[in-house]
Amino acid sequence: MLPEALVQHDTARALDSALPGAIRNGKWDRGELTLEVAPERIVEVCRFLKQERQFVRLSDVTAVDWYPQEPRFEVVYHLHSLERNERLRLKCRLPDRDPEVDSVTAVWRSANWYEREVYDLFGIRFRNHPDLRRILMPEDWEGHPLRKDYPVHGYKYSYGEQ
Amino acid sequence: MSDPALPVQAPETETAPRRMVLNMGPQHPSTHGVLRLILELDGENIQKADLDIGYLHTGIEKQCETLTYQQAVTLTDRVDYLANLSNNLCYCLAVEKLLGLEIPPLAQWMRVMLTELTRISSHLVWLGTHAIDIGAMSVFLYCFREREDLLRIFEMFSGQRMMTSYFRIGGLALEPPRGWHRPVKQFLDAFPSKVDEYEDLLTNNPIWLRRTKGVGYLSLEDMLDLGVTGPMLRAAGLKWDIRKAEPYSSYEKFDFEIPTRTESDVYARYQVRVEEMRQSARIARQALEGMPSGPWVADAPHVVLPDREKMKTEMEALIYHFKIVTEGFRVPPGEVYQVIESPRGELGYYVVSDGTSRPYRVHIHGPSFGNLQATPRMIEGALVADVIAALGSMDFVLGDVDR
Repeated sequence: MLPEALVQHDTARALDSALPGAIRNGKWDRGELTLEVAPERIVEVCRFLKQERQFVRLSDVTAVDWYPQEPRFEVVYHLHSLERNERLRLKCRLPDRDPEVDSVTAVWRSANWYEREVYDLFGIRFRNHPDLRRILMPEDWEGHPLRKDYPVHGYKYSYGEQ
Repeated sequence: MSDPALPVQAPETETAPRRMVLNMGPQHPSTHGVLRLILELDGENIQKADLDIGYLHTGIEKQCETLTYQQAVTLTDRVDYLANLSNNLCYCLAVEKLLGLEIPPLAQWMRVMLTELTRISSHLVWLGTHAIDIGAMSVFLYCFREREDLLRIFEMFSGQRMMTSYFRIGGLALEPPRGWHRPVKQFLDAFPSKVDEYEDLLTNNPIWLRRTKGVGYLSLEDMLDLGVTGPMLRAAGLKWDIRKAEPYSSYEKFDFEIPTRTESDVYARYQVRVEEMRQSARIARQALEGMPSGPWVADAPHVVLPDREKMKTEMEALIYHFKIVTEGFRVPPGEVYQVIESPRGELGYYVVSDGTSRPYRVHIHGPSFGNLQATPRMIEGALVADVIAALGSMDFVLGDVDR
């Protein structure tokens, strides 16, 4: 459902009429548009935005861990349209158990490393990703450091206590 | 022998020619930090390239969550250690947007001037090291001579040569020092002729031309799709600069050009960056000459530490000081993605607040991360010797990639 406040917004309206039901929620805050998308439709939404709304650049992909709330994870995509000088934030909410979402690498190749980073640091899996490996942490690392239940100093080293 | 860290000979079969796997880095001087490239070679030609990053991962994003908003500024210096002030600025702008703070003109102009000097200093390191990679030793010495002047200017402002943390949420960390105009003016007066010197050494140098022209080509479509930003896009003909497209910190009041080239090779990137240094000096001069007067921090007692003298006479100032130092200031809930044009391209800070005095999440989108991702596309099919030139032309900083 498109919230009342966003009916005025071109991109939100176009997306909602082309793919009804894909937008679950949204807000216009501090001059930035955020749309919450149903996780199973993210690729469809991204393809539409790239092809019909000229969002040729995927600026960034990241995630936020809202532990212990449920759904726990938010995958956040920042899109950018050079032609219309417009930025857009998309969000998918994922559960604590088996967080998994479709990869958007088929839409923008730049998503490859961005999604690997999210996988590495949050443990969110991306379906159909061509090369889903850890990128920043060592390959044999256990755990996902940016999760909120991961201690800041890690599990391996503890100072001052035996 | 399954470890690709060792140079191994792939098994020879009748159909596939013999290939060698070459491990370049993480200590190779031309990788400018700790980047590891795993190259699959057929003779001198690169068939496949794989990048291994993360050697410099220090968990800055995680650490930001444990500090108050103001303390986290000092971590942003360490992200891209050649463009510290750009990172300070981007983070401060993001938090200021969350807070809805109005920054006084003096602080805004000072920010513009110092980030432009940072751009020059970053480009100087790039030019010096890029040239030394390709074999021109003297340019390096020339560039570091001017960079030294810039580092002294940063030290004069902030007390630090590199990890300046001079921009704070709400304005500047310290009042601009007395007599700051003189060294800045001296530098800006001398700098254009110094750029001419670098150009004398390189622009028409036949060896430089042979090593850079037509090398490291990437098409504009590929670059946009692979997440490349900054001078590399401008060297492919795209006239896009965030300072013009989405002005921040009063950049709209400055007059400057966006240099572009269309060849999209190493030489075009060199030309774009050299011209950017001239443009940055031009912006810095405008800021120097038109520097407004007034306060250097915002009028926001709940965010900015009070004046030392006021604390001794006013109760409110003392209370605010106590609150800010012990607890930090609270930031209204919300999220912001702030982008600026760093020397390397689009730098983005995604800051999420949950209403407390510590950021709930800080995500740093470093331009080098996106740029580096295009490496395999750029060097596959090229010669090993050209890898050095191609990598140098990207101007990545591993601190910015790994965070």
